[in-house]
Amino acid sequence: MTGLRIDNLAIRLPKGGDRTHALSGITLAVAPGEILCVVGESGSGKSVTASAVMGLLAPGLMVEQGSVTLNGQDLLALTPEQWRTTRGERIAMVFQEPMTALNPLMTVGRQLAEMWIVHRGLSRRDALARAEAALTEVQLPDPAGALNAFPHELSGGQRQRVMIAMALALEPELLICDEPTTALDVTTQAQVLTLIRDLQRRHNTAVMFITHDFGVVAEIADRVAVMQLGRLVEEGPAAQVLKAPQHPYTQALLAAVPPLNAPAARLAGSGEPVLELDGLTKTYASRGIFRRRKPVRALDGISATLRRGTTLGIVGESGSGKSTLARCVVGLMGLDGGAIRIAGRPLPPDRQKAAHLAQMVFQDPYASLNPRRSVGAQVAQGPIAAGTPRDAAWAEARRLFSLVGLDPDSVRRYPHEFSGGQRQRIGIARALAMKPEVLVADEPVSALDVSVQAQVLALLRELQAQLGLSILFITHDLRVAAQLCDEVVVMQNGRVAEAGPVAEVFTNPRHAYTQSLLAAVPGRAVLEG
Amino acid sequence: MRALKAFFRSPPAIIGLLLVLAVVVMGLVAPVLYPNDPLGLAGRPLQWPGANPRFPLGTDPSGRDIAAQLFHGARISLLIGFVATSIAVAIGILVGALAGFYGGVTDTVLMRVTEAFQTLPNFLLLLVLVAVFGSTLEVVTVAIGLVSWPPVARLTRAEFLSLRTREFVHAARIQGLPDWHLIFREVLPNALPPVIVYASVVMAVAILLESSLAFLQLSDPNVPSWGNLIGLGRSVLRTEWYVSAIPGVAILLSILGVSLLGQGLNDALNPRLAPR
Repeated sequence: MTGLRIDNLAIRLPKGGDRTHALSGITLAVAPGEILCVVGESGSGKSVTASAVMGLLAPGLMVEQGSVTLNGQDLLALTPEQWRTTRGERIAMVFQEPMTALNPLMTVGRQLAEMWIVHRGLSRRDALARAEAALTEVQLPDPAGALNAFPHELSGGQRQRVMIAMALALEPELLICDEPTTALDVTTQAQVLTLIRDLQRRHNTAVMFITHDFGVVAEIADRVAVMQLGRLVEEGPAAQVLKAPQHPYTQALLAAVPPLNAPAARLAGSGEPVLELDGLTKTYASRGIFRRRKPVRALDGISATLRRGTTLGIVGESGSGKSTLARCVVGLMGLDGGAIRIAGRPLPPDRQKAAHLAQMVFQDPYASLNPRRSVGAQVAQGPIAAGTPRDAAWAEARRLFSLVGLDPDSVRRYPHEFSGGQRQRIGIARALAMKPEVLVADEPVSALDVSVQAQVLALLRELQAQLGLSILFITHDLRVAAQLCDEVVVMQNGRVAEAGPVAEVFTNPRHAYTQSLLAAVPGRAVLEG
Repeated sequence: MRALKAFFRSPPAIIGLLLVLAVVVMGLVAPVLYPNDPLGLAGRPLQWPGANPRFPLGTDPSGRDIAAQLFHGARISLLIGFVATSIAVAIGILVGALAGFYGGVTDTVLMRVTEAFQTLPNFLLLLVLVAVFGSTLEVVTVAIGLVSWPPVARLTRAEFLSLRTREFVHAARIQGLPDWHLIFREVLPNALPPVIVYASVVMAVAILLESSLAFLQLSDPNVPSWGNLIGLGRSVLRTEWYVSAIPGVAILLSILGVSLLGQGLNDALNPRLAPR
């Protein structure tokens, strides 16, 4: 029996949760040289599965029945002492956020070399030589230089490469990847996925790859296991599960993946411009006595126009300046140059007057609501400050709650009583309460599960049709942009790389950067083919 | 309602509440149980507790009833604790909120002032204030408040620094809400739990500071405070140790009560910790 086998595993949750078991009756196998993708939404139990295999179950979780074996050895029976040699040597893990998994005070070379010094007893010099070879293997641009770099001096993609080098250092039999590319840009993600695939083939490693993204599954999986609420609902070869899903849940998940090809152009509003951006510039200078870093041009002459009743998408990778742009439009940040005009007028410096021109929906549904105030108060407070009587503002808040698909009676509740998708609806209601000319949505769906994401996108489309909203939609996800936007602006390093109607830009990209972005969208060949 | 339930589900919080209530009750019943001046002569000095049924806790070196002083002292300790803490927390929150919310020059100026206060040992500063303005109860209370606010200010500032860039604060700003709303309605409620817990520490320290002053016989000698009683027992500490020990235990228990109460309040006020 080779590889990892999970047999009829059940894990109990502590009493008082919303269900009794984190996992019930999970049976999975990963053979050497194979990549098994475990897919599911949040709460499906995919991460618990990984931590059970690593022997790192959170306190309170208890294995009720079943077995986990690696090449015939029972992992559940290992003592803490045996676990110490098993982890790292036989089972390795790559995490979602490489910055928290690396020690910020140690150079990359020392952290990597430690693997061989501790586990293999190599001398420091030999271990460093191995480390450099490993960094070469993960295709870091300057392996010798990276040895002496601290984690914060590397980019996110480079840090993830270091983590992969560290995970594969001792040639483990099993590699567990827990959403390793979720925090990365789409082009970097594509490179890291290729790298994992290559190395896994070369070392004949069994890989258990945890993800929520079907695009990633399509890129990397040999076999797919779909989980829902702690149960395994479907398992099979990747091509079969993706092309001909059997279980209704898998079908629903796949249907919720937004297609990349844009729908036919819709009637584009009245055509009158409501938001005009004219040559915006914004530079972040580093402050302090020692100006070590070069000033960064976050916005470098951005011009764009949003027409009334339409959606203008701003797409780009991290560092492209798209979030800075959003913040400037709603007045959270001052400009260095250029002008923003909303409904023909420049953005007034007075916060209260600006509130009726632009409102924003934020990315993180957990950080964008005040945990200590009732959600209704947070929706009504803006109109109240603008002079609406209290009763009218609360009545309006209740009306908005039903408009965004929430129970109007829930206005008295507190944010922690709502799910992520519901919170995002509250955020939309809060923005709409001010009746803004322009709604700025900064990655409003990127923190949500794919099925919830589809619901929120549908809501935004519905509201736009109903209220004639003009939306400035910031996103890194080209699939989402294709679904919602009428026109897109592709940003790169603070400049506009390409702009135009979404169907035209996505089917006929002219700029090399747009082309590379589109090519990197995971799962294109399989899901769109 | 929910906060109350959570509070009463935690045994330490209940113990804290009971201890504080006990001190409050002692203060309330003092004039009923001991209507005479607790500082008046009552009997032969230095009678051991239990030796004379008229003085269950004995008498001090001047022949005054220790039990009477203990009950009346509860009022003084509570008064000093609450008033001095309120002064310290009010100044501290105001300074810390302004410095943390506005940053820049405001922050620099306010924090340098705070540091100026902090670099002076607070007991020395207290001695100076009492030496200059006299040692009446009012002066002592205000002076304790004035030397206790810098840590509160620093704590509030740190909370504000991390909270002011949260998305919900940005959202309120975009909604056109004025600064006072952002500070007092959005940020402060979220910054409050550690400040509330720290307030219980301030209260405990305030009671202790008064006792220390009294021990040096620099507090108001005309009020029956626990500190004064400890100070009186100092000269007979080796033989009649109970004179200092009895008010010492009272101080210990009330400080413990205040601390447990603060911790319990923090747990209960946090909606995420409260069971649904």
